[in-house]
Amino acid sequence: MNIELVIGIFNIVLISTTPLVFAGIGELVTEKSGVLNLGLEGLMLVGAVTGFITLVLTGNYFYSLFFSIISGVILSGIFAFLVLNLMTNQIATGLALTIFGIGLSAMLGKKFSGTPIEGLNPYYFIVISFLLVFMASYFLSKTKPGLIVRAVGENHNSAYALGYNVIKTRYMTIIFGGVMSSLAGFYISICYAPMWQEGMTAGRGWIALALVVFATWKPWRLLVGAYIFGGVAIMQMNLQAIGVKLPGQFFNMMPYLATIIVLVFISSNKLRLKLSAPASLNIPFEKNQ
Amino acid sequence: MINIKLREDYSNLIFYLSPLVAVLLTLFFGSFIFLILDLSPIESFKIFFISPISNSYGISELFVKATPLAIIALGLSYCFKNNIYNIGAEGQLTMGAIFGGGIGLLFNESTSIFLLPLMILFGAIGGAFWATIPALLKTKFNTNEILTSLMLTYVALFILDYFVVGPWKDPAGYGLPKSMPFPDAGRLPVLFDGLRIHIGVYFAIIICFISYIVYNKTLFGFKLRVSGFSSKASQYAGFKYKNLIFYTFIISGACSGLAGLFEVSGPIGLLYRDISPNYGFTAIIVAFLGRLNPLGIILSSLLIALTYLGAEDAQLFLKIPSAVGFVFQGLVLFFLLGTDFLNKYKVSVS
Repeated sequence: MNIELVIGIFNIVLISTTPLVFAGIGELVTEKSGVLNLGLEGLMLVGAVTGFITLVLTGNYFYSLFFSIISGVILSGIFAFLVLNLMTNQIATGLALTIFGIGLSAMLGKKFSGTPIEGLNPYYFIVISFLLVFMASYFLSKTKPGLIVRAVGENHNSAYALGYNVIKTRYMTIIFGGVMSSLAGFYISICYAPMWQEGMTAGRGWIALALVVFATWKPWRLLVGAYIFGGVAIMQMNLQAIGVKLPGQFFNMMPYLATIIVLVFISSNKLRLKLSAPASLNIPFEKNQ
Repeated sequence: MINIKLREDYSNLIFYLSPLVAVLLTLFFGSFIFLILDLSPIESFKIFFISPISNSYGISELFVKATPLAIIALGLSYCFKNNIYNIGAEGQLTMGAIFGGGIGLLFNESTSIFLLPLMILFGAIGGAFWATIPALLKTKFNTNEILTSLMLTYVALFILDYFVVGPWKDPAGYGLPKSMPFPDAGRLPVLFDGLRIHIGVYFAIIICFISYIVYNKTLFGFKLRVSGFSSKASQYAGFKYKNLIFYTFIISGACSGLAGLFEVSGPIGLLYRDISPNYGFTAIIVAFLGRLNPLGIILSSLLIALTYLGAEDAQLFLKIPSAVGFVFQGLVLFFLLGTDFLNKYKVSVS
């Protein structure tokens, strides 16, 4: 193996993993406040398609990014309204968001599929993704609003009794998660691909969801985990190219299997790992109780 | 000022009316979508909801789509009633197809009348086996079943992919990722010549009937409802909660596995990558829309099946992607969950 090949592989891993970091860090903050959003895949797809359509129509990258983010704000705002104000089941609402997003993005993007665009340099976004992980880590562990987010996710009744606004806090984290997911989608359709194709996020939303658990809700571990997951996917292609006989599907299922193993560890380890899992995850907050 | 209060008088009427309201709201919003796409809403709705079922072929197709949805959703209702969130039905369906389909491929020369029953049995076992994993992890380690069942779905899809591009690939299939067709003895009998509607429909009706009896007339059904309201209460009452988790997972896994086997041995006839257009996830909508009530699930499965058919016709005649069906499915679930609010709370303006 020569050094150029190693750098080449490293480069591909860097470029292909970034959407996982974006979507993962958003979901991590959402989950830290006690909300499980299964709508990542839908949010990413709609973010990808709005960014793409805006770019084709206006030719302006800034507008493209802006409208992609707006789509995330709107969709995650709807999700937040349903689960926070109407206290709907988070699992069902998240799945509805994913199914809706898959459909909506395919419908909107139909006319634009195959339109060539000039892609954006991914390296800026890679740097931003590292910065975001740093900021999320700092926010959650060192700032007062970050501690409030964690308090709300840990026990919303206590947080409410202490005078914190549970609903408002969760609105913020859900919308942050939505923006990050649509940013991941924007990155995929504008920087990584660059093109639009129906269902082009190819299950990355679910992997990002797995990643948050794999990282046991810790931002830095999420970054490492993302590169392990991303690296495994790239390694699979390269190993096949040099003739390793292990079936590729085996590598593809690794992230999911690894996540299940981590989940089992978290739930059986009563002392350390469980501490980082938000205790109120997926439990609706009912003020009127 | 808007006041929101927990409802003390529980209303059955609103409970069963809200799915209807959700459907109407979906149609209302759907017409906006058609308007945005520059299509006449009335014409589009005709193509979407009426023309697909205006002939015997269409009605048969409606049942072909509704059968797996109903069977999976009926199984899921056991879990959901027990407040256990098995969202991995898609994976259990896939495993059922692998297990049952595997039997069909193993005995591909067979003409025995026992082949199909054996495939059906293995389909159910495959699905139940895949559902046992999250059940075991939940009862042994208290691992979150939502995430494990979801992750296992993707593992199952990759296992199917491995088989159809690897050991089970049809040598005469021009290298396509699909298996050999099952022998005739392994195909599900159709109800009418020339139509695809198959005997899976009977299974759906039987499972619906059994579920109705289980929920309303048996101790097991009572236990499910109690532990659904409060797992603590169920433990105080001396019910073995862990066993309940196990049974509900196995029932729903077996149903999903059955549905998967019916798909591959019925309309499809062989194994390949995309055996299910998201039935396992869509069935979650069906279960909720049907209010976890067996009869309600049959009705909602027909309605959601219509969104699949309508979407196919819309693609053909309106030139819009068939994914528009997913938009309707997502919307109807949003509205259903939203209208549920009125079911739990009293809203008054003062």
